[in-house]
Amino acid sequence: MVSSFGTIHIQFLLEGAVWTIILSACAFIGGGVMGLIIALMRISPVWTVRTFAAAYIQLVQGIPLLVLMFTGFFGLPAIGVPVSPLMAATISMTVWVGAYLGEFWRGSLEAVPKSQWEAAECLALSRAQRMFKVIIPQAVRNATPGTVGFMVQIIKNTSLASAVSFVDLTRAGQLINNSIFEPFITFVAVAVIYFLLCFPLSVLSRRLERRMARGMAKA
Amino acid sequence: MNNATENKPVIVLRDVEKSFGQVKVLHGVSFEVQRGQVTVLIGRSGSGKSTALRCIDRLETVNAGYIEVCGHVVTDPALELRKLRLDVGIVFQSYNLFPHLTIGQNIMLAPRSVKNLPKTETVELARACLEQVGLGDKFDAYPEQLSGGQQQRAAIARSLAMQPKVMLFDEVTSALDPELTGEVLKVIERLAAGGMTMVIVTHEMNFARRIADQLVFMHQGKIWEKGPGAILDAPQTPELQRFAAQEL
Ligand SMILES: Nc1ncnc2c1ncn2[C@@H]1O[C@H](COP(=O)(O)OP(=O)(O)OP(=O)(O)O)[C@@H](O)[C@H]1O
Ligand SMILES: [Mg+2]
Repeated sequence: MVSSFGTIHIQFLLEGAVWTIILSACAFIGGGVMGLIIALMRISPVWTVRTFAAAYIQLVQGIPLLVLMFTGFFGLPAIGVPVSPLMAATISMTVWVGAYLGEFWRGSLEAVPKSQWEAAECLALSRAQRMFKVIIPQAVRNATPGTVGFMVQIIKNTSLASAVSFVDLTRAGQLINNSIFEPFITFVAVAVIYFLLCFPLSVLSRRLERRMARGMAKA
Repeated sequence: MNNATENKPVIVLRDVEKSFGQVKVLHGVSFEVQRGQVTVLIGRSGSGKSTALRCIDRLETVNAGYIEVCGHVVTDPALELRKLRLDVGIVFQSYNLFPHLTIGQNIMLAPRSVKNLPKTETVELARACLEQVGLGDKFDAYPEQLSGGQQQRAAIARSLAMQPKVMLFDEVTSALDPELTGEVLKVIERLAAGGMTMVIVTHEMNFARRIADQLVFMHQGKIWEKGPGAILDAPQTPELQRFAAQEL
């Protein structure tokens, strides 16, 4: 007996959507921390540190996210690190987001004029103080619209976690379709929910960008 | 304080050489600044004034020669830069206030994080420094809300809050409209009257003549003449003669 698409399925999709949001949040937090570390390493005065971070970015950007997911989910247990699907997906997303945000934030840090570094240096601030009290606050301002925009990419890319049996929004859609064989309505519903998650972030990002542009014009 | 230390110059540059890549910018620059003295560097654009000033605060490292400031051997590679910067304040043409902080926060940042002064004390200090430059009412304003002249005075106040023994000024009025220049120069003149040891790079010749205990004329990376402000009236070299004729 094949039941048609109904409230119960929508409810199941919304549960999946909650997990999509949870994984996105984990990926953003983990990837944000990773990205900050990578960005700071990228502008380190120590050659080896800089180069290590650059190699990390190049490496991760050269690997499909899906392969990172497989490595996390199948690879980690194989070397004796047991992981839940959420853990595996979070670790893989952290690695992936860290590389992209690291590169993006490096640019934002470097966009703060050199004269600001110099002024802070001349006030006898230590390197850490210069970074955290003068440079990063200004870089955060510059980077916010782009970072919010990147959150859209994060949400969409969490759908790859469905491939490692994490029941997110995409996986929920697959499961429903497997039982009721109504791919069109099911995946349109999935698409609409993704859109509703992403669209506000896109709008916010564009608004922030416009506000920044206005701020620049004024200054 | 005994006589020997009192007479020791606060700033010494001896045979300083500096190149950027292949381009030699300073050719054996030497001068001294006594305690409480105002030295003004003048010369054409590109003559090396800024570079000389930046070498004093180790924003540039020299290729040869000796620099000493307040007893710190600046040319010693092992120098602790923070100790040097505690004694030296520098103000730039472009103000370089921190745009994300209010004027008050700009001024309190270094006294709090570098000297670990308690908050109440730094608030008082910041207010006093702002009064000193005539900006007592701008404590809570953001830099972008101030005029260029006000921003520059705020930048001076920020340096003063660290209570430096020496102040360096690099063309601090060059970015300002003529009507705003005066208010900044007045602040510097008050500092001079208060006995602050200073090195000033400026294109304002009348100001230079008025304030200088020692005038240093640079041309193509060399010092051609140095002496009291009167050297402008009786140049010994054709270079200074031409420069003075143009600028005055
Ligand atoms: N970071 C740098 N890299 C390469 N060359 C530089 C650098 N800084 C200065 N120079 C060069 O050194 C020379 C002296 O520059 P400097 O800024 O000291 O001159 P200045 O006397 O301060 O001139 P101005 O009155 O225009 O400020 C110039 O020819 C300049 O192009
Ligand atoms: Mg200059």
